[in-house]
Amino acid sequence: MSRSPAPSFLVLAAMSLLAMALSVSVGSVSVPVGDLLSVISGSGSKLHQTLIFDLRLPRTLAAFATGGLLAVAGALMQVLLRNPLADPYVLGLSGGAAVGALLAMLAGLGTALISGSAFAGALLATLLVFGLAHGTGSWTSSRLLLTGVVVAAGWGAVITLMLAIAPAQRLPGMLYWLMGDVSYARTPWPGLVLLLLVCLLLFPLGRSLNVLARGTMQAAALGVAVRPLEWLIYLVASLLTATAVTTAGSIGFVGLVVPHMLRLVLGNDQRIILPACALAGGTLLVLADALARVVIAPEQLPVGVITALLGVPTFLYLLYRSRG
Amino acid sequence: MNPLNAHNLVIDVPGRPGGQVMDFTVEKGQIWGVLGPNGAGKTTLLHTLAGLRPPRAGEVRLGSSSLAGMKRRIVSQQLGLVFQERHDEFPATVLETALIGRHPWLSPWQMESGEDIEIAEQALKRLDVAHLADRLVSTLSGGERQRVAIATVLAQKPDTWLLDEPSNHLDLHHQVAVMQLLKARAGDGCAVFMCLHDLNLAARWCDHLLLLFPNGEACWGPAENMLVPSALERLYNQTLVTVDVDGAPVFVPAQV
Repeated sequence: MSRSPAPSFLVLAAMSLLAMALSVSVGSVSVPVGDLLSVISGSGSKLHQTLIFDLRLPRTLAAFATGGLLAVAGALMQVLLRNPLADPYVLGLSGGAAVGALLAMLAGLGTALISGSAFAGALLATLLVFGLAHGTGSWTSSRLLLTGVVVAAGWGAVITLMLAIAPAQRLPGMLYWLMGDVSYARTPWPGLVLLLLVCLLLFPLGRSLNVLARGTMQAAALGVAVRPLEWLIYLVASLLTATAVTTAGSIGFVGLVVPHMLRLVLGNDQRIILPACALAGGTLLVLADALARVVIAPEQLPVGVITALLGVPTFLYLLYRSRG
Repeated sequence: MNPLNAHNLVIDVPGRPGGQVMDFTVEKGQIWGVLGPNGAGKTTLLHTLAGLRPPRAGEVRLGSSSLAGMKRRIVSQQLGLVFQERHDEFPATVLETALIGRHPWLSPWQMESGEDIEIAEQALKRLDVAHLADRLVSTLSGGERQRVAIATVLAQKPDTWLLDEPSNHLDLHHQVAVMQLLKARAGDGCAVFMCLHDLNLAARWCDHLLLLFPNGEACWGPAENMLVPSALERLYNQTLVTVDVDGAPVFVPAQV
């Protein structure tokens, strides 16, 4: 709160741009940086034009939106549950979305219906978790987290069951979806617009969220209307997750790790953390997707594998360093 | 200031049926102490008075308006509460913690101004924790955290102070310093209402006392009327020896 966040944002924004530039220039045909500039300015070869504007740029933007959405959703759920371990994946939202998507795939439906089904699954999972945790008693965060973890385990079992009975020719698509894959993304715009809107909407609520992070009683004593705020965060986080999962399948880890890493570096002012999550989460997924395309090119890896492989050591390093 | 008024209030202590009707007003300049054994409902009473828990019957009023019908933001501009338990799952520095006391006074789009930071720093200084401003709260000792919590409410600048065991974890010097601070606030026209487990702190610093018995009974009034050894012995189920120090009674548990 006391120090200026401007330098951190400049660094994060520069990293995002660099990551995107890298992502559109690497792949099965690499585009050198000089050619990249000329393509952006409108000249350059026809092949490069198509490659960048029709294929790589939409995919890169979709990866950015997905990563940003997941990171912001994770940060919000952590505040809501006052537990740094909460994230959409842990709470079973991704699991619900996955079941929805796999059902659509089993039925042999098209991409649009798979997305719609995943969205419905994510919303159903959220309603289930929060409805069950709400119950008759109070809405304690440990109860909510426990409900989420148990429901996630339930989704896991359903997913395994569906994989076991799925016909062999559908399995690769289903597995890729489960591991998270940006190549499923059709258009990046809904995600990007939502990400921007949510960051703008949440900024004036940032201080209330900071107070809420210290407990509901303390927040109420400091003038926060706790229940409406909790419902708002819950709805926004669900919408963000559902959109992210619909765009790129089930990608774990981003929602958990990005907010946590940023808090270790930037503190816990949500007015800084939430937009920083959007930038850093987006950057992480763009880089991961770029790597996923080149590591075993021309084959592609699911991006979820790369986020975990990149994220785990970074996270452990930051955690280790912060203990001092 | 709008005085805090318990109007035909019955607090809702879980698992205890009934409960006595309480009817009192905490006036400007007064320091109230709530005494009672563990589990008598002191914290429940405090939270009910702050509007954080619904009462079983009756209502809490701030001035002429019912607390339940007021916006939390308006309430928090007049009423501050020092909690007994605190949550710091997320990292926050001491200065950031004191600054959240300014929350009731800032509109959503406002950032904390230099003036707010100044107020928070002054509050930390008053509680003797200014040198810890950049430390993470989670690295402090219990007594230091307690003083940061009190500094947060000082930065909030409420007219009515509610405190849950403010002397917890404090060493003798800081116990006295905190009591002096509260007395100074009362002298400036605030009202103070606090739960205390230290009978002698209450006897020394409070002008009004409320005794809360484990069966839900309660009695209240000016301190000198309440400090009756037989009543206090019944309150704590403990025989007491009263000694006189500088003209004031001091209560010591008797050896069996």
